[in-house]
Amino acid sequence: MKKEYTIIGKPVPKQDAKIRVTGRAVYGHDIEIPGMLHGAILRTAHPRAEFELDTSAARKLPGVVCVITGDDVDTNNISYKRDHPILKKGVTGCIRDEIAAVAAESKEIAEEAIRLIKVKYKIKKGVFCPEEALRENAPRINPYSSGKFSHPNIAEVFHYEHGDVEEQRKRSKVILSRRFTLPRMTHACMATSNITASFSPVDGKLLLYSSTQVPFLYQRDMAHALKMNPSDIRIIQPVIGGGFGSKLDMYPFEPICALLSIKTGRPVQLLYSREEEFIASPTRQPMIIDLTAGIDEKGRFTFREVNILKDNGAYTSWGATTPFVIMQAFSSLYKVPACRFDAKAVYTNNVFAGSFRGYGNPQATFALERMIDLLADEIGISKTEIRRINANEKGEVTGQGLHYETCGHRECLDTVITASENKRTISPSENKQRFLKGIGYASMLHVGGGAKIYRSDGCGTTLKIDPYGFCTVITGSNEIGQGSETVLAMIACEEMGIDLSRIKVINTDTDVKPWDVGVHASRTSFVAGNSLLGAIRLLKEKLSKKAAQLLGESDATMNYTKGQIVSAVSGASIALDKVVREMHFSEPGELAIASYFYEPSSRFQDKAFKGNVSGTYAFASQAIEVEVDTYTGNIRVKDIWVAQDVGKVLNPLLLDGQIQGGVVQGIGYALSEELLMKDGKILNPNFHNYKLLTASDIPEIHFYPVETLDKQGPYGAKGVGEAPLIPTAAAIANAVADALQAEILDLPITPEKVLRIIAGKKAEKN
Amino acid sequence: MKKTVKRVKVKQEESVSLSLTVNGNRHVLKVRPAALLLDVLRDVLKLKGTKPGCHEGECGACTVLVNDIPVNSCLYLAVRAEGKKITTVEGLTGPGGALSAVQNALVEEGAVQCGFCTPGMAISMQALLNTHKSRKKSGRGTKSLSRDDIKKHFEGNLCRCTGYVKIIDAAEKLLAQSE
Ligand code: FES
Ligand code: FES
Repeated sequence: MKKEYTIIGKPVPKQDAKIRVTGRAVYGHDIEIPGMLHGAILRTAHPRAEFELDTSAARKLPGVVCVITGDDVDTNNISYKRDHPILKKGVTGCIRDEIAAVAAESKEIAEEAIRLIKVKYKIKKGVFCPEEALRENAPRINPYSSGKFSHPNIAEVFHYEHGDVEEQRKRSKVILSRRFTLPRMTHACMATSNITASFSPVDGKLLLYSSTQVPFLYQRDMAHALKMNPSDIRIIQPVIGGGFGSKLDMYPFEPICALLSIKTGRPVQLLYSREEEFIASPTRQPMIIDLTAGIDEKGRFTFREVNILKDNGAYTSWGATTPFVIMQAFSSLYKVPACRFDAKAVYTNNVFAGSFRGYGNPQATFALERMIDLLADEIGISKTEIRRINANEKGEVTGQGLHYETCGHRECLDTVITASENKRTISPSENKQRFLKGIGYASMLHVGGGAKIYRSDGCGTTLKIDPYGFCTVITGSNEIGQGSETVLAMIACEEMGIDLSRIKVINTDTDVKPWDVGVHASRTSFVAGNSLLGAIRLLKEKLSKKAAQLLGESDATMNYTKGQIVSAVSGASIALDKVVREMHFSEPGELAIASYFYEPSSRFQDKAFKGNVSGTYAFASQAIEVEVDTYTGNIRVKDIWVAQDVGKVLNPLLLDGQIQGGVVQGIGYALSEELLMKDGKILNPNFHNYKLLTASDIPEIHFYPVETLDKQGPYGAKGVGEAPLIPTAAAIANAVADALQAEILDLPITPEKVLRIIAGKKAEKN
Repeated sequence: MKKTVKRVKVKQEESVSLSLTVNGNRHVLKVRPAALLLDVLRDVLKLKGTKPGCHEGECGACTVLVNDIPVNSCLYLAVRAEGKKITTVEGLTGPGGALSAVQNALVEEGAVQCGFCTPGMAISMQALLNTHKSRKKSGRGTKSLSRDDIKKHFEGNLCRCTGYVKIIDAAEKLLAQSE
């Protein structure tokens, strides 16, 4: 029997929606501090060049307070590999490169000053393709690369394997090899990147209003960059206008803004223009995936051999580490007895890649799920049957060591297959017309209970009840629009028996909140939720004891409901706020406060990349129907059936929103989004030419949550944030391939590509 | 309603004087001739609810009503608004902070995530509701709007978080209620 909850599982609107919908929410762009200056950055005009600067005219412009170049600052390199100088000195590596910065009395003056800086370039030939970068005589692209790999332009390598690939190769009835090519996609958050820095020369403290997703790692990175003490840096997060992984790293503009504030002793604000946002933000990693896969005569997968070449760009941000996630998909999505995996991130003079919702998984899933369709065709099994035969199961421990204590894969598959079959009504004759219809399927596996990639994947919570019976949740986690604040408030409401309107969530200040590793890996509801539950347990012990004493009961078993603490034995009750007052004001007084730190049960991977890295795993399947216009090449996504193992639905309203938003990003990845580059320059840095979907492009999205009630999750819940985007492009590509009866091996599937395929097929026929 | 006149000083050499009525309040200010309405609203009048998403007329985050017509305030010269009636997201909220029907629908339907697109969406939705109501009143709008019509209406407002579904749901529900 399912447990009855008061509020968990109910559609509760976002707690912070009202301030946002009235225009009262303060985003980074809205901050104004008295005496504040405006910052601007000069970026290189050429991706690979030597340069000399003349800043004299800019320094003389009235209203300019400070101009800095690489020569004026003493900083450490930043980024995951510490291979990224904040202000470049003498040479540039990519078109994002910051070569000087200005602080001035107004935005206009700052921009004018940037224009007055004279730069003399000696242009050098750049390397814009990873294969070329690996040639023997290729120039060394990043002077700070570790150089510990076989080629100086390799930033990172991953090798993983399980099972006996050669043995499985022999057992295979069919073996196929294909090369898949994935594009560069950008986050395009509606709020452009921003920061406001306020340094106090009086006490040496630096206050940053930053939209980072990882405040504590950011604090550490900032301190390293500026050679400061981390505790002297306080991060306050204003309301954040979209993250999706783009704010997982610290980028040069942030320490630059801090430096401008340190140098001037005044607050400085730096806001990206939309063009700058397109040029200077990290991207999803473009990659080439060579996949060889086998299948036996019964339709069971035998092995996968994977070789990945990733364009790292000129510096190493988190993009280089996406193989951690990519290899999970190849090793553990559907049962497979053997897998060999190699991935290389290679320096080029392109812009650098970062983390983006799904973290490599959409790319991996695209290759894998496309390959499954090809294998099915080759061996003569239906596309649905092949997936059912190989689906993951509860209790499975995969070759890589992931433990599926709960697993909704099969149920997800069955759900979308049945739902789509019931709705679909195409007769084969229909597909001879102008519009061709097709259906595609794909599944995904992703971490659902955090991901052990840093020393701690934990989250701390301090919980406080005040003498008026209001509850304050001080959580390490943060809100980037996904609704974590609301989910935490709901948990506190459920457990403490306090009305939602009496619960406050504090999550924006590193000086106040306890440690948390940050918003990533779909972990917040799971990790922060469990952390809060732990704090609630501790606080209730205190409160129950006091309540028992006040009620004259010997047993402190209490229920919490409607602001009352009720004895489970006698039914006698006492108001919660009264108990708190009695605690605070008695002799000796005691605070109604408890703190708890939750660290998931997951483990670091070993050197061979094996281990159970997450508290639980999430699964999802999608079935997607498309209609291809053979005259124009346009693809219309008609219906999407989504089933996702979410463990337990905590808030259906917010869950739906996460699913729909993710799926639509996935459609964009499949059909329209690509940051186009030529010779290291971005060709489409605006919303006119970088095609985001609009409301008119949105298909019917049918969502079926699958509840597996994982015992690790809060109320059984698993992470949900990234999953909806991961299989979408794969399923769409499969559907288009089905409609056109053609192979699709790269994204995005633009009308031009569709028309080329159709023309190719016609030519073949003649 | 009582009209208040606020005077705002602007440091600009060559500026023109301008009278704007924003959310029912009349303002007399001096602005550069090239100043954009978005910047005047945000930087001079400090009405920061209107959001700058692109400054190039593509995202719709900056949408406001000028004489009840939705415009991208980032492309609209402030001087063009002389004497006209401007409504920003702040102007949707009623006295005492009561949410308007549009704002309520967005909150209740879960159509707000990061919320950066939301002020623009809310204004666009208000415009849709206004036209719908006035068409009905004048007897021109016998046919109710289809879901596709509603989607079309929001084409000028980009949202990266929600996937639009709940925004469209909110609009649909609102229009149905006004039937
Ligand atoms: S800011 Fe005006 S349309 Fe984007
Ligand atoms: S809610 Fe974030 S852009 Fe629309």
